[in-house]
Amino acid sequence: MKLDAKIPAGELAEKWSNYKKHAKLVNPANRKKLDIIVIGTGLAGASCAASLAEQGYHIKSFCFQDTARRAHSVAAQGGVNAAKNYKNDGDSVYRMFYDTIKGGDFRSREANVYRLAECSAALIDQAVAQGVPFAREYGGYLNNRSFGGVQVSRTFYARGQTGQQLLLGAYQALMRQESLGKVKTYTRHEMLELVVIDGKAKGIIARDLLTGQIERHAANAVVLATGGYGKVYYLSTLAMGCNSSAIWRAHKKGAFMSGVSWIQFHPTSLPQSGEHQSKLTLMSESLRNDGRIWVPKQPEDKRILKDIPEEERDYYLERRYPAFGNLSPRDIASRAAKERIDAGCGVGPMRNAVCLDFSKAIKEQGKDKIKEKYSNLFTMYEKITGINAYEQPMLISPAAHFTMGGLWVDYQLMSTIPGLFALGEANFADHGANRLGANSLLQACVDGYFIAPYTIPNYLADELKAEKITTEHVAFIDAENAVRTQLALFLKINGHLSPDYYHKTLGKLLYDKCGLSRSRESLETAIIEIKQLRESFYRDLKITGDDKVNSELEKAGRVADYLELGELMCYDALTREESCGAHFREEYQTADGEALRNDQDFCFVSAWEWKGNNLEHELHKEPLVFENVELTVRSYK
Amino acid sequence: MKLSLKIWRQESFDAKGSMISYQLDKVSSDMSFLEMLDLLNEELVQKGERVIEFDHDCREGICGQCGIMINGRAHGPLSNTTTCQLHMRSFKDGDTIYIEPFRAEAFPIIRDLKIDRKAFDHIIQAGGYISTSTGQPPEANSILISHDNTEAAFDAAACIGCGACVATCKNSSAALFTSAKITHLALLPQGKLEAAQRVINMVDQMDTEGFGHCSNTEACEVECPQDIAVLHIARMNYEYNKALVFKP
Repeated sequence: MKLDAKIPAGELAEKWSNYKKHAKLVNPANRKKLDIIVIGTGLAGASCAASLAEQGYHIKSFCFQDTARRAHSVAAQGGVNAAKNYKNDGDSVYRMFYDTIKGGDFRSREANVYRLAECSAALIDQAVAQGVPFAREYGGYLNNRSFGGVQVSRTFYARGQTGQQLLLGAYQALMRQESLGKVKTYTRHEMLELVVIDGKAKGIIARDLLTGQIERHAANAVVLATGGYGKVYYLSTLAMGCNSSAIWRAHKKGAFMSGVSWIQFHPTSLPQSGEHQSKLTLMSESLRNDGRIWVPKQPEDKRILKDIPEEERDYYLERRYPAFGNLSPRDIASRAAKERIDAGCGVGPMRNAVCLDFSKAIKEQGKDKIKEKYSNLFTMYEKITGINAYEQPMLISPAAHFTMGGLWVDYQLMSTIPGLFALGEANFADHGANRLGANSLLQACVDGYFIAPYTIPNYLADELKAEKITTEHVAFIDAENAVRTQLALFLKINGHLSPDYYHKTLGKLLYDKCGLSRSRESLETAIIEIKQLRESFYRDLKITGDDKVNSELEKAGRVADYLELGELMCYDALTREESCGAHFREEYQTADGEALRNDQDFCFVSAWEWKGNNLEHELHKEPLVFENVELTVRSYK
Repeated sequence: MKLSLKIWRQESFDAKGSMISYQLDKVSSDMSFLEMLDLLNEELVQKGERVIEFDHDCREGICGQCGIMINGRAHGPLSNTTTCQLHMRSFKDGDTIYIEPFRAEAFPIIRDLKIDRKAFDHIIQAGGYISTSTGQPPEANSILISHDNTEAAFDAAACIGCGACVATCKNSSAALFTSAKITHLALLPQGKLEAAQRVINMVDQMDTEGFGHCSNTEACEVECPQDIAVLHIARMNYEYNKALVFKP
């Protein structure tokens, strides 16, 4: 199968306009005859569902949480980027495009990235109209701040809760459409199977998590906006319920997966404090605007941090990357932290952290100013650790955070299964091998508000003539039976180990062997160990309780998928014999420890095809063509 | 530390529930409260018993999905803190902890500590939005909003919809939740045009859902994880009366 990204013709700056000019339309009277299923109610899902409902389509919106407003977009803190150039500091759509494509280490499509930057300004307009209370200056104008990996101030923010405020805007738009009868929401529902008929996505099988009922839902198109799978590492900044099941089950029905091993570790998370831990809490990257990162110069320095004199501190980011310093991009900051921690210079009880120090900023700007900017983060830090960060340095550590990888999609955000779209973090499209801070909220919103409302109707225009599918179709019956069989199997195994045991074991294994850095040796070992762990899962799993409300049963399905996805992550990392962005292969680095890209052999998107249980995936390659930017060494020195 | 736990177990909405006792050893003070429940559930799996069902998701205090009564207080002994942000260092060795679901007529119990908070969605559906569609908005800086007004709107908009206010209130009133959204939108110029209709519809919906009336005990403000002020309830009442008086 040849992958066609369907990039529109024309100059880079004209491609999206060209697409919109020629996209097919559906007559307003016909729209209500077309059903669209949207899985996930985060920024991408809620904005897409609301926008399509406003156009007149009939939407079914699904989420596993108790209400749409819980989706994990809610937790994004720092901000959202837009090329408004309100600060008059040299920003432009092109500059934002270049920063993003460079930030992604030249492993994303030019046309997609340009469109992301192009649509960014409209998102700020949209959010303000919805009532999102972005920070303002005293004259009433919108304020901006700077963020990692760029040299302009283009980040809009609502204190440290930008994701929450944007999500509530999208959620309220969704609730408005529900009140108008255009959207039906199915909360506490989990998609467990994609239904494909004659090669096209035609519906889903979902489980009602309150009753255990297995339901069939038919539609003319299915949208997966189900977020990322960083929770595969168990310890991560993600919510406990975040999972890969929707995209993985779609993958097993024919949708290709791309950039699977490209997972961003966020540099400013709280470190693990013990074996019981279920979650690593993120401290916003915006803290790096005023906080300085350091470790003691001497390994195993056990002194109280405050007592370590200035000349015995190693401000390693300022030392290694003087141009960007503490605002170096995430992959670089995380790897530099790991390098110091591995060298024995880590701090904290488990020696697994570095310092983020505000003493200089407090001295220069005053405590009140720092409080105004970050008070909620300092309060949160104190609640979790019991430490007052106005007095002592914060302890931070890298944590699994964002998946650049996901379902392969073309320029229209359509997967390799016609009628199946993937939006937001669930697709691989815009961030290359590393995402820049404040670009994830942007991508989720742009996909949902501005792209899908053009590309999905373009697909649906031909669906009007297609035969109407009902849930009596044999494909629905088969898919439902597959779901029932799997659930029954989980309940029947009756071994002695819980889903959490497998999740934690897999997570640790992946963190060590396919995490911040990887090598051929570690990956080959991981593949063998994951296979063994998977065999054990189907032999020794224990699920108690019934098939109604049962969180253990829900977890079992998600962990079963992680046990397959984890293996593909390792293959993806193994076959990419270069270092790029978040993907750092120990064999491919420069003399001073920087990532060594190989544009000669690896300037392509890997797209993996599922071939069946216990069969190896097939690798397809979509070459990346750069016509507007020169591939340079990504230097932040 | 070692703990005695008394936990509400209930099979389903219709079933009768009761407090069941559990002993839990090896609890560390660094654990979050929910991690302590994870530990108990792991032990229950080992014993072959059904786990305790409880709601949670982000575990960083922002999604609003967690929420239980701990020793009779919504979200536990700390003020203005979600259950997931409560850590075991707030308890001591040998403590007995009573754990129950949030209770309100409008929040039916699903199983154990899980409750149904759909009523909150219904209140938002009644008018908790600005009627704008994708594609319509003007340039963002054409709507100027003073710094202080934005900050005040944000304070109200920060509500996470956990329901602690309802669970705490002796009348099971949703006044704090509803008023927070009304204030957020009423303070902004974008939200003013439909403010009158919004407040009437949302307040009416609050009554329809079976929430009680506010009798100004201000208990909700103490438990609210986002520190939402009861002053918003006064504003809601003001907006409501204004809307009735000036009804066209």
